[in-house]
Amino acid sequence: MSKETITLEVLRYRPEQEQEPTFQLYESEYREDWVVLDAINHIKDHIDGTLSYRWSCRMGVCGSCGMMINGEPKLSCAAFLRDYYPNPIRVEPLANFPIERDLVIVMDDFMEKLTSVKPWILREQEMPISEGEYRQTPAELARYKQFSMCMNCMLCYSACPVSALEPDFIGPAAIALAHRYNLDSRDQGRSWREQVLSTEEGIWACTYVGTCTTVCPVNVDPAGAIQQEKMSITAEWFKGVLMPWKGR
Amino acid sequence: MRPFVRPVPSTWWLKRRVYFLFILRELTSVFIAVYLILFLNLLYQLSLGRQAYEIYLDFLATPGMIVFHVIALVAALYHTITWFGLLPNIIVVRIGENRVSSKLITGANYVPWIAVSAIIFLILKG
Repeated sequence: MSKETITLEVLRYRPEQEQEPTFQLYESEYREDWVVLDAINHIKDHIDGTLSYRWSCRMGVCGSCGMMINGEPKLSCAAFLRDYYPNPIRVEPLANFPIERDLVIVMDDFMEKLTSVKPWILREQEMPISEGEYRQTPAELARYKQFSMCMNCMLCYSACPVSALEPDFIGPAAIALAHRYNLDSRDQGRSWREQVLSTEEGIWACTYVGTCTTVCPVNVDPAGAIQQEKMSITAEWFKGVLMPWKGR
Repeated sequence: MRPFVRPVPSTWWLKRRVYFLFILRELTSVFIAVYLILFLNLLYQLSLGRQAYEIYLDFLATPGMIVFHVIALVAALYHTITWFGLLPNIIVVRIGENRVSSKLITGANYVPWIAVSAIIFLILKG
């Protein structure tokens, strides 16, 4: 019996030989328990070794294998072929990023945005090691835990029309991570991060379309994080106006 | 290296249902803005005296104006209901390690909305 197959329409871009990307059709082996990444690995190993893409863990942890699958940003390791079979599957590099080669996007801009919000614990003064660790109650952990699950897969940037139309927008994941540290009881960097967040390129660019949250594979809710930052920054502003003697 | 930047088509908002509903939601503000202009003009006409006010009321009773007000009402309801649906993601109330349920947050917004609407209705009716 011949093996079952499925068609993958893969967007290819080889800058040394073509001006713009074109689709290439591959006929991959189909297995019911395969995900799109398995099919792409099969193509790479058995059909066309020149196909370029990023992947690592194969189990939804590393966040490397994000692709547009039938126009939806998804982790290709979490998109089962059986959900599309027998129809062909269109695979493209993540939207809203420049394409470096085939399914590989240029992520430098994202890395810069991510660093700009200093997503790590900021202290006015570090406690000496002799004083022990920064302790935290389960309730304090619960405040930010959801936002700490982000694995920088960038699906949210691909889903966000604001990121598409305003390339300077800091974007969902970076703001969600800034929010994560702002909520952390050990952190003292809120007012510092506010200078980056409370700008036209920061939280105020977001119009709350909400698709970043729907595509997030780990339920981070970046859209919620951005609106929560808007709320707390607005509240701080009102406090400053109504009670200027309190300082900030 | 020669990265390729894909253009964003001006029809991007037709590509996904969610984008379309978002644009529809943003558009509701246009109807609400026009309604407010008509309403402010109503107050202005009232300040000019009875005759001006009654002429304006007659204008508001024309079929075109009634159709507009029905559309504006639907737009305002759509905007309000979708906004109340989003509020639990924005207003986070915590009791210890747990978040207060989203139904409670949404409900807490519906109650004063319905109460104020009912009071206004009673005043207008009375």
